[in-house]
Amino acid sequence: MSVASSDSAVRMSRFTRTLIYLFLLLFALFYLLPLFVMVVNSLKPLSEITGGNMMALPQVWTIEPWLAAWSTAQIGVEPTGLRPYFWNSIKMVVPAVAISTILGALNGYVLTKWSFRGDKILYGLMLFACFIPFQMVLIPMARVLGVTGLAGSTPGLILVHVVYGIGFSTLYFRNYYAAFPTELVRAAQIDGAGFFRIFWRIMLPSSGPIIVVCVIWQFTNIWNDFLFGASFADFDSQPMTVALNNLVQSSTGVKEYNVHFAGAILAALPTLLVYIVAGRYFVRGLMAGSVKG
Amino acid sequence: MGFLDINNATKAYGSVEVLHKVDISVEEGEFLVLVGPSGCGKSTLLNMIAGLEEITTGEIAIKGETMNGVHPSKRNIAMVFQSYALYPNMTVGQNITFGLEMHGTPKAERDRAMNEVAEMLQITQLLNRKPGQLSGGQRQRVAMGRALVRNPDVFLFDEPLSNLDAKLRVDMRTEIKKLHQNLGTTIVYVTHDQIEAMTLSTRIAVMNGGYVQQLGTPKEIYDTPANIFVASFMGSPSMNLLSAKIRVEGDRAMADITQGEGTVSLAMTNAGPRLKTYDGQTITLGIRPESITDPDGADRHSQHIETIQARIDVTEPAGSDTFVTTTLGGKDCIARMRADADVRAGQTVDLAINMEKAIPFDPKTENRIA
Ligand SMILES: Nc1ncnc2c1ncn2[C@@H]1O[C@H](COP(=O)(O)OP(=O)(O)OP(=O)(O)O)[C@@H](O)[C@H]1O
Ligand SMILES: [Mg+2]
Repeated sequence: MSVASSDSAVRMSRFTRTLIYLFLLLFALFYLLPLFVMVVNSLKPLSEITGGNMMALPQVWTIEPWLAAWSTAQIGVEPTGLRPYFWNSIKMVVPAVAISTILGALNGYVLTKWSFRGDKILYGLMLFACFIPFQMVLIPMARVLGVTGLAGSTPGLILVHVVYGIGFSTLYFRNYYAAFPTELVRAAQIDGAGFFRIFWRIMLPSSGPIIVVCVIWQFTNIWNDFLFGASFADFDSQPMTVALNNLVQSSTGVKEYNVHFAGAILAALPTLLVYIVAGRYFVRGLMAGSVKG
Repeated sequence: MGFLDINNATKAYGSVEVLHKVDISVEEGEFLVLVGPSGCGKSTLLNMIAGLEEITTGEIAIKGETMNGVHPSKRNIAMVFQSYALYPNMTVGQNITFGLEMHGTPKAERDRAMNEVAEMLQITQLLNRKPGQLSGGQRQRVAMGRALVRNPDVFLFDEPLSNLDAKLRVDMRTEIKKLHQNLGTTIVYVTHDQIEAMTLSTRIAVMNGGYVQQLGTPKEIYDTPANIFVASFMGSPSMNLLSAKIRVEGDRAMADITQGEGTVSLAMTNAGPRLKTYDGQTITLGIRPESITDPDGADRHSQHIETIQARIDVTEPAGSDTFVTTTLGGKDCIARMRADADVRAGQTVDLAINMEKAIPFDPKTENRIA
């Protein structure tokens, strides 16, 4: 009796499992379809797109559209391709991510390990920053950038993104450090380490997973931001997203869809890369934490 | 003035006072144990000595120098935490020398000190491991190594053994005691385990509710507890507390205890003169289980043994002894018999009570009647 029932349980679970995999496969296909369309069409000559099926594989494979999108396509009025804007984005994203992550870590450290009167309220206010819609800060921010003379520059954009990112990075690090044993900080104090040395030698080296989470989050958000880039950047500081928009909107001549597709993939590539590279460390960090005991 | 002086130290969180005027003076080389139930303020007091908690009022001084407001790292103390607090990102060796590094000791000297300590604690082969790769006992050793390497004036231990299993706890207890005997360092040690307190200490401070109930040598605490709390907290199984009526008979005070329908009368030979003023009143009489035995097992050096007859309710053989429960003064009373004493539940047997060790308490103030 019990043998029979356990037997049928196995068969049941195999059936359910097949079903689950089927569903997963279906959803994966569903999500991958747009990417497929983009990749396929970015590798065709324009005539194949305008004349035929979007879903078909290229008859003539070409990387011309990619080269064009990168270095020769018309962006607004200049035929520069996306390249200069790619570097603009990098110059903006890397410092903005680094600064907002480090400040978030410092905030989390202070809020959990050096509690002071009113720290809860301060933390609440910082959390509030996570929920303020972008549109609401546009005009005050424009004023601040104007007054500080940073309007239209990369440092100005960095400032905007750091200010906006600090809420989230503080949230991440505060919650992570809240579970970090206070006894370690006390032991370090007795050992004679000061505020920054405890942070640098004890807290940060144990923060791997949360740093990765924070970097992924900030990088994705800042790289993909369009509104601040469109509002506060000049020609020589415009990020990739704004340039991509200008590429697609360019009114001269025919619409080169294959170049647009290639450009869009180029614009999305760095975030994808960050996920692939850092995501693995993220999982690894979590695993290490759980086995440590 | 001692080596470590705690003068009228209090601690308040907001308006709540959690430590009330603590006054303890520790001599050089002493092993002071702070013992008491959970939440009585032991860790708070230890953290105040370490400088991790501020002192609300009063003073703490080490070697005659006041420590109020002095940073923890400048007090020349070392602390072993309950969770060991080993830095997870550093190797054992780095853990041990981190404090020296922070104090600017040159690398060569740090390594020499590290090797010396590692050898003493037999952890040399672990120096390159991370704390995550150590067993509980090994972590405990590393934590002690980190404290020892700095050669501090005072060692502070906060329940260092409570995360270990029973066997390892006993082993490490012996090691800590050896360490103290070999090095002669001054130690303040927090525990809620009264056996640890008795075995390790040169003096014990029994705490409850933020008050030091009694400060004394283990023998003083055990044999002449200041009040009912100390009497019942120290010792396992805990002291029997029986209601007894005092009757003065000539120059002796007798304690009458109800037993079943009748009464047993026990002469209080070892009590102070004040007991006679309780003539006709009911007191609480404390008798430890090991002072109630089978007649063969009674203390031969005792000047005064009373023998009563009692019915056994329950027997609990514990290997080395057999604990039996009888009813005295309307309450359960535990007696300790030899392991091979032939007693069974329901039997009536002779019990020998060592009245030298019986302690009278005032039932209202709960203090010992001296
Ligand atoms: N930050 C704080 N704010 C308010 N009360 C506190 C704070 N820290 C401790 N207390 C209180 O102080 C008292 C003493 O705490 P303490 O940690 O010293 O107890 P303990 O004797 O070490 O207990 P345990 O054996 O459980 O470790 C407790 O009643 C606790 O609630
Ligand atoms: Mg404690």
